Amino acid sequence: MTRFTPTTPEEVLETVRWAAAEETPVEVLGHGSKRGIGHVTQTEHQIDLSKLTGVTLYEPEELVLSARAGTPLAEIEALLAEHNQELQFEPLDYGPLLGEAEGRGTIGGVLAANLSGPRRLKAGAARDHILGIHAVSGRGEAFKSGGRVVKNVTGYDLSKAMAGSWGTLAVVTDVTFKVMPRAETEATLVLRGLAEEQAAEAMSIAMGSSGEVASVAHLPESVTGRVLDGALRGKGSTLLRLEGFGPSVDYRFERLAALLQGRGTQGRIDGDESRKLWREIRDCRPFADGTPRPVWRVSMTPSEGHRMVMALRMEAAVDAFYDWQGGLIWLRMEAYPEAEAVRRLIAQFGGGHATLIRAHPMVRDGVPLFQPPARGLAALSQRLKEQFDPKGILNPGRMGF
Amino acid sequence: MSGLVMPALNAQTIARRDEIIADMKIIVPGEGVVHTENGMRPFETDALTAYRQMPLVVVLPETVQQVSRILKYCHDRNIRVVPRGSGTSLSGGALPLGDAVLLVMTRFNRILDIDYANRTVTAQPGVTNLGITNSVQHEGFYYAPDPSSQIACSIGGNIAENSGGVHSLKYGLTANNVLGIEMVLMNGEVVRIGGKHLDAEGYDLLGIMTGSEGLLGVVTEVTVRILKKPETARAVLLGFPSSEQAGQCVADIIGAGIIPGGMEMMDRPAIHAAEDFVHAGYPLDVEALLIVELDGPAAEVDHLIQRVETLARANGSTTCLVSNSEAERMTFWAGRKAAFPAVGRISPDYLCMDGTIPRKELPKVLAGMRELSEKHRLRVANVFHAGDGNLHPLILYDANKDDELERAEAFGADILRLCVKVGGVLTGEHGVGVEKRDLMPEMFSEDDLNQQIRVKCAFDPNHLLNPGKVFPQLHRCAELGRMHVHRGQIAFPDIPRF
Repeated sequence: MTRFTPTTPEEVLETVRWAAAEETPVEVLGHGSKRGIGHVTQTEHQIDLSKLTGVTLYEPEELVLSARAGTPLAEIEALLAEHNQELQFEPLDYGPLLGEAEGRGTIGGVLAANLSGPRRLKAGAARDHILGIHAVSGRGEAFKSGGRVVKNVTGYDLSKAMAGSWGTLAVVTDVTFKVMPRAETEATLVLRGLAEEQAAEAMSIAMGSSGEVASVAHLPESVTGRVLDGALRGKGSTLLRLEGFGPSVDYRFERLAALLQGRGTQGRIDGDESRKLWREIRDCRPFADGTPRPVWRVSMTPSEGHRMVMALRMEAAVDAFYDWQGGLIWLRMEAYPEAEAVRRLIAQFGGGHATLIRAHPMVRDGVPLFQPPARGLAALSQRLKEQFDPKGILNPGRMGF
Repeated sequence: MSGLVMPALNAQTIARRDEIIADMKIIVPGEGVVHTENGMRPFETDALTAYRQMPLVVVLPETVQQVSRILKYCHDRNIRVVPRGSGTSLSGGALPLGDAVLLVMTRFNRILDIDYANRTVTAQPGVTNLGITNSVQHEGFYYAPDPSSQIACSIGGNIAENSGGVHSLKYGLTANNVLGIEMVLMNGEVVRIGGKHLDAEGYDLLGIMTGSEGLLGVVTEVTVRILKKPETARAVLLGFPSSEQAGQCVADIIGAGIIPGGMEMMDRPAIHAAEDFVHAGYPLDVEALLIVELDGPAAEVDHLIQRVETLARANGSTTCLVSNSEAERMTFWAGRKAAFPAVGRISPDYLCMDGTIPRKELPKVLAGMRELSEKHRLRVANVFHAGDGNLHPLILYDANKDDELERAEAFGADILRLCVKVGGVLTGEHGVGVEKRDLMPEMFSEDDLNQQIRVKCAFDPNHLLNPGKVFPQLHRCAELGRMHVHRGQIAFPDIPRF
């Protein structure tokens, strides 16, 4: 096996040109922190981007940052924090869930996996913050898309096409992201003791208020003790997060508490403790249990999430908790992934998609780890892949097609 | 038309016009096929009125099945199709072709679903942008992207153009607010992408479709996210002796971690034109005017207004007015919102440009524009989405004077080249269309453009949908599909190791 470790975009171009000419498949990776997700790519060669590093532009007042794709996310987050800024979409860290170290991963991987976090409803995902890219297609041609400004409709948005493509269309060498100011402070309103149906209603009321709620999650009783070192152990906890300037957070907290009066017992978590809580929810800490038990990440219509889970419980042993007002569901299965049941019920409850993030190698075989696209979309996706990578040399089979 | 070359007409199609009209009448019975000269006249242009062209025939379908059958019919017979919403494109995106069916989507005008629990509206593509807000405002909700044509422009057109508006700095563009679409491909196939859930289950086709200017598919249904109206909104009117100071104030506001709901700048000619027109109370002794709107909970807005005032004073602001009522806030905005018609009063014609620049380059770009104004002997007024760097220079000209249109277009092209030179882009929100098509190589290399065209090849391999737009040259897909790298011919035949 040959592992190429290019240090410049030109070297990436040279490597992909070689692979295209040889028609030899390559696995494209950064830190490899998300290698456990998706189908294992059997290739003789690897393009390792972890040495293609460096922030190439950061202008805090312009709210923009550019970096080589292999730049560690942790390095970028630390740099932004020095200027009181952040990637507003809060890219999650799969490390703990996958039984690996936390804090790894590159900025290119953030885009390739279209990462996001609990602010997804309000602030979007990586796809919503990417402004521009430079990349090398599977044809061995360097191209760019987008730019460094927020408002740009010049040509097709190929930057978004890279989001969630898991390195199967092109090798991204440079990314430019929009960055945003960090909230001055935050607080979480906790509602204790709501059943899932009641929690769904409370979350919908909160998100439909003018309180600018940044995140809403619900941890059922079985899960609630697995965050904040057990501080929330006991009854189910519905969590509503408010961020912003101090006086604004307090004002909105009071308004929201009044609006949800009578729905569970209210509590408040402030500042760093609140940040820790949402980081744990973001990274799926409740299921980061060191086991290989199957974990699904499901995206569906928020109000239908708990209904799907209730139906699933009739068929399989499952533990679940909800982010994104119920639209993001983390499912931990007791034994088998039960892919057929999970996907059938998602379709039955308004549609969406499920990705098997974690599973024992023995049970992964034969399970489509990514949601198979509907028929028309599958053909279109395949044609798109061929237009970027006609020889199918980049991460072949990673997404299952 | 000044110098714009459109694809050569397909003589075969034109020869079969009568047959095509008859077949369209079978697919769309009733009043949905318009083919007389008088009937088609209203469709010969969009909001880029410098360009006009009568279409082959105008078809106004009412159902997805009709759209699918029209496209399949045209696909099978190699007939070009130009999709059109409300026809408000400022870049000629809906400019007809003499040999193309003009597919007008305005009859798709129904709201299909309103879901407050999940805060979504599903609408047919011909519903206007404002129509979405109107359908939910009695419950205190609205749809955030607000292009200035929102009273007329369609939500389907918004998808095609990835429309923005004055609130996009805080609330995002169309791409950030659309959750799902149904669309028909050129071969008649109907596909659905997304829905009420978030993120794609495969490639981000929704991201590719948004802003694709009608070249990839015809949208037949749209699901967007709606938001609760902010509790309150207040505006601050700030006057500055120089655009540099106003620009610095914008940078300082954002540097302080404040993201206003809207932040607009006008230069002296725009201020004077607007004030003469609507009497909004704008100061006339300043070089630059900023309108900063802060929205959200009352406590937050009050807190932030004080901070903005302090920053403005530190940057030498000579006027600082804070709105104390909704009526006053609307008055502050009245001048800005009427800036285009106001300029229309002081000049027989104007050309509205749409570049985006890194904000810090504003003084350089304004100075460059003054020089260009002298060079081309034409006046220019500037309105500017200051928060996100989107410039709208309005070039004043008189189409009845011999070469003024040509000079105005050359001036506009020079401005856009300047935008690209300082790190910006050709178009922030109006689209490429035909207007900026031939400037694309200023920003993109041949390889860049070819990769974009290859995306089109995945959707419409015969280039039948909206040809002549966006790309200066539409290479054939078969030609683009060829791999030019062959074994033994590359620079490094040995396995390179780094």
